[in-house]
Amino acid sequence: MFGYELLGKKPTRHGFGKGLVELGEKYDNVVVLGGDITGSVMTSFFKERFPERFFSIGVAEQNATTIAVGLALSGKIAFFSSYSAFAAFRNADQLRISVCYNNVNVKIGGGHSGITVGPDGATHQSLEELSFLRTLPNMTLIVPCDYEEARKATIAIGEMFGPAYIRFGRSAVPMFTKEDTPFEIGKAQVLVDGNEVAIIAAGLLVWEALIAAEELRKRKGIKARVINSATIKPIDIKTITDAAIECGCIVTAEEHQVHGGLGGAVAEVVTKNFPVPIEFVGVKDSFGGSGEPEELMEKFGLTWKEIYASALKAIERRDKGFIGYRKISQVESYFDNL
Amino acid sequence: MQIEFDDLVFENKPREPKEFAEIALKIRTDIIKSLFLAKSGHSGGPLGITDVMTVLYFGGFMRYNPKEPNWKGRDRFVLSAGHLCPVLYSVLARAGYFPVEELKTLRKYGSRLQGHPGIDMNLPGLEASTGSLGQGISIAVGMALSDKYLDKNDRKVFTLTGDGEIQEGSVWEAAMSAGNFKLDNLCVIVDNNDCQIDGRVHEVMSVYPIDKKFEAFNFEVINIDGHNYTEIVEALNKFNQNFQNNIGKPTAIIAKTFMGKGVSFMEDKYEWHGIPPNEEQAIKALQELV
Repeated sequence: MFGYELLGKKPTRHGFGKGLVELGEKYDNVVVLGGDITGSVMTSFFKERFPERFFSIGVAEQNATTIAVGLALSGKIAFFSSYSAFAAFRNADQLRISVCYNNVNVKIGGGHSGITVGPDGATHQSLEELSFLRTLPNMTLIVPCDYEEARKATIAIGEMFGPAYIRFGRSAVPMFTKEDTPFEIGKAQVLVDGNEVAIIAAGLLVWEALIAAEELRKRKGIKARVINSATIKPIDIKTITDAAIECGCIVTAEEHQVHGGLGGAVAEVVTKNFPVPIEFVGVKDSFGGSGEPEELMEKFGLTWKEIYASALKAIERRDKGFIGYRKISQVESYFDNL
Repeated sequence: MQIEFDDLVFENKPREPKEFAEIALKIRTDIIKSLFLAKSGHSGGPLGITDVMTVLYFGGFMRYNPKEPNWKGRDRFVLSAGHLCPVLYSVLARAGYFPVEELKTLRKYGSRLQGHPGIDMNLPGLEASTGSLGQGISIAVGMALSDKYLDKNDRKVFTLTGDGEIQEGSVWEAAMSAGNFKLDNLCVIVDNNDCQIDGRVHEVMSVYPIDKKFEAFNFEVINIDGHNYTEIVEALNKFNQNFQNNIGKPTAIIAKTFMGKGVSFMEDKYEWHGIPPNEEQAIKALQELV
């Protein structure tokens, strides 16, 4: 499929855990704080390898986040990882003031993110954190698409200066990037070239975007451009603007509320630089629920099928000249994009 | 009223109570002057904790070098109760970190003396940005953790919190972890003036007993009169001993203080938590502080 093969399935959290160990081997000032669920977010790999540089803080995310700041102010690269449901919200004030205002080397690993947490249900399915984290000054925000990219991104945020958040998931998801696949903070990667519609995705929706592009080509002969925007902040303005100019319409896809996440970031860039129709694939202003990841992906409209349908709609809107002013009768919510 | 600051700086060395009293008078004068010029800010708390801050910075208890603010061997102070910064700014200026004259810029646009401490302005001697309550103490825990277990040095960490601030739940997460990690290089000072914006702390939401709470989190607790220099000196000496003897417990000094101490019409009045003196009040306060 456009040169990308399914190389198996593995959770992105394992990529994070592996990347952390590699980072620890490279730099002796990398320190990790645990929030009790180390075996879930895979900081357990680091704990086993470097017990003297691992501290267990217990179920106390506010404290862990801020202790990390004290460590960072002492010259350490301090990682704290918990579920995104707690590592971005329970400690929101701490992230804003202690981490971002101090502008220090604190790196947060947000695990079990999104709907694919599955059976644990709505309380543990964080679908809102990107919109919050994206507004924090000094924050870098990464959503890797698979195991290998999670590993690379973990090392990359450790090697950059300043606060960063990496969002990863629980369940095993398709692996399709390789060691030599380019990854760079702040740079969206064009995985598939095309000029009829641009699909800009992050996280496990990137794989779904590739499938959607394949189906668009097979069924309709439409050449879609697929962009992996792993960095949500700083968003890659150039790649997105180029896509708007060259494709004329866009679909965004993410395992997150359609409000304020990747879709919001893309909309801000496009509206300012080259307004074109955008369709948003994501969770539409609702909480999740229990179920198997695949079931939930279907139920909440997070598969290639929604991307496919949204692409056709985006193209239709572009071709009908649905750009700019609309009559009130034509105005639609961005929830009913199917 | 024309406000001027002299450029007197003080050494950090063991002193007699009388000397501390002279320095504290200078600090309180600075606080009144800078807040009057700022036309906003917190008067009561800084005046109340001035005696403790004076002994801490000018009694030889903290190692620091104003000529080399980032000296790796320095002890660190984190102002968890960030709104008390007028006293910290004055103390840092009087220690020689920056010109005393700069106190005139408190809370003004572009000033290094932000309304709540911000290290983005690169003020020498300031260790962390604080102001959202309940966080500085965790930052101090992180620093102490780094010093004791990773860098294995002999540095100490001090943090100042208030009896209103300890209503924040995260303070107790921090206390739990300080006890858990046996951080005998950490000294938590609680400014216990029983005042907060809405009224008496014990009426707004009682935090008492404070000492028993810290004891329960495995702290060595010392109760003192926060205006008695001998008691402040003894408490800080005790912390030093605890540290030297590796007692495996953090130290908490509960300092009973009066908000607005030194200015009769502000003393023990919670109404002075978050306001500055106007011209008439500033003149009256400065007349008392001689």
